[in-house]
Amino acid sequence: MLNRIEVRISGLGGQGVVLAGQILGKAAVYAGKNVVQTQSYGAEARGSAARSEVIISDGKIGFPIVRKCDILIAMSQEAVEKNVGDLKEGGLLLIDSTTIKSAPEIGGRTFQIPATKTSEKVFKEKLYTNIIMLGALIKITKIVDGKFVEKAIRSTLSEKVATINIKAYRKGTKLV
Amino acid sequence: MRIAKPNTCFWQGSKACAEGAITAGCRFFAGYPITPASEIAEHMARRLPQVGGIAIQMEDEMASIGAIIGASWAGTKAMTATSGPGFSLMQEFIGYAFMTETPCVIVNAQRAGPSTGQATKCGQGDVMQSRWGTHGDYSAIVLSPNSVQEMFTLTVRAFNLAEKYRTPVILLSDETITHMREQITVPSVNNVEIVNRRKPRRGEKAFFGLEEIPPMPAVGEGFNVAVTGSTHDEYGIRFTADPLVHIKLVKRLNSKIRNNSNEISDFEEYNIEDCQIGVISYGCTSRAIYEAVEKAESKGVKTGYIRLKTIWPFPGNVVRKMVENANKIIVPELNLGQIRYEVEKASNGLAKVIPLNKIGGGELITPEELLATILKEAKTND
Repeated sequence: MLNRIEVRISGLGGQGVVLAGQILGKAAVYAGKNVVQTQSYGAEARGSAARSEVIISDGKIGFPIVRKCDILIAMSQEAVEKNVGDLKEGGLLLIDSTTIKSAPEIGGRTFQIPATKTSEKVFKEKLYTNIIMLGALIKITKIVDGKFVEKAIRSTLSEKVATINIKAYRKGTKLV
Repeated sequence: MRIAKPNTCFWQGSKACAEGAITAGCRFFAGYPITPASEIAEHMARRLPQVGGIAIQMEDEMASIGAIIGASWAGTKAMTATSGPGFSLMQEFIGYAFMTETPCVIVNAQRAGPSTGQATKCGQGDVMQSRWGTHGDYSAIVLSPNSVQEMFTLTVRAFNLAEKYRTPVILLSDETITHMREQITVPSVNNVEIVNRRKPRRGEKAFFGLEEIPPMPAVGEGFNVAVTGSTHDEYGIRFTADPLVHIKLVKRLNSKIRNNSNEISDFEEYNIEDCQIGVISYGCTSRAIYEAVEKAESKGVKTGYIRLKTIWPFPGNVVRKMVENANKIIVPELNLGQIRYEVEKASNGLAKVIPLNKIGGGELITPEELLATILKEAKTND
């Protein structure tokens, strides 16, 4: 059986769930994997439900949409409630404990990451919540080597923005 | 930075489309923002100036396609990109481009219609529109990518077909394929076949006939050219009442595509000569077939598929080959049933055609749903 991991990142429009998925996907491509990343969002620029999905595989990826995920990252109360049913039995749940007050009981492991709080404390704005969550994810799961994530951040964002995001990423790895 | 370097990249479909266009030689883009095609415009706006090209945001979609037709007559390869509502607005000018034999590429990243519908959600409802949207007797070339890689290669092919046959070509993508990111092997530009329109020799005067695909001059090259959407003779002179001129022109415009449909049509096939159940699909929907067919076979059902890379001209020949063995053909589509009628026509009663349709919310037909249909149809004999 070929290795295959399916990740869903869910939250609200404006939280950067698509960017987090894009960076994770790119990092996995750097690591030599096959990757498909898709996204789903509402017609509004901000505030409606948004999600981004990444399938990382050693084999060919046919169907690009995640049906049941191995890992669910949730960044809003609505997101965790709507998506937790699609988490595989024994799957891994990462939630932003600043925005999610009541975490559902699941069979697998749950990690509570104070991502929004950390972003506001360290960077004076909540903009970096997504990358902090990504840092926590990589630290917990090691699905890709951290150096590829940093390379993906650098090749996706402008130099100045990338530097802050790498800081945010490293901060995330230290929260778990 | 000029043409994209050969490499393995992780690109969005829209970027692959834009880079494919640039590799094919496109140096003019005109468009109007619309989800889910805006990223193509965004990328062209950033990249075209770097390669000596021009990208313009026009006032609407009609002006956008008008601008690319003008650019093509100025000797430049040109493209526009839109989605359903904009594609509807472009229909009149698609006919004009066909009638005036103007090579150009129109990308339609389909979303859920009719009208504004669900702007950010995927759909495949424009399949028949892409064939029959403009008025009058015409023939369309419509390509259907199903991966980020094909957003590149089929955009190149769209330009090549447009240039070769002097006709507008439609790249009929969808929200899923346009927005998703996937790794892509970017070829070296030297390894990409690029076709350019045939230019007239000095003193030539017939740019609209005499040959099946006449040469095309550019404005400013010293040729006298009248370009008109009215019926015209070989020299571009209007004949708005003469039946013979109209018959000659319109028949040639259609036959230059219909006579070459075998060369134009392109598809991926699997096990079509030894299947009990066939699946025919295209675009995002076709991403479910690989897993579904593999699982159906592991349960002992002889299954094959045809995945259309060109929707129009429709490759009826290969469907006829499939129905020599298959007694049922499943046609999954993100609409209420469009290509199924074409499959029914081609199978000519030799196989039962089973539509599998889904619309709304951008939800794709899953491999499980397709598999369930295959297994159900394999069990029932009707």
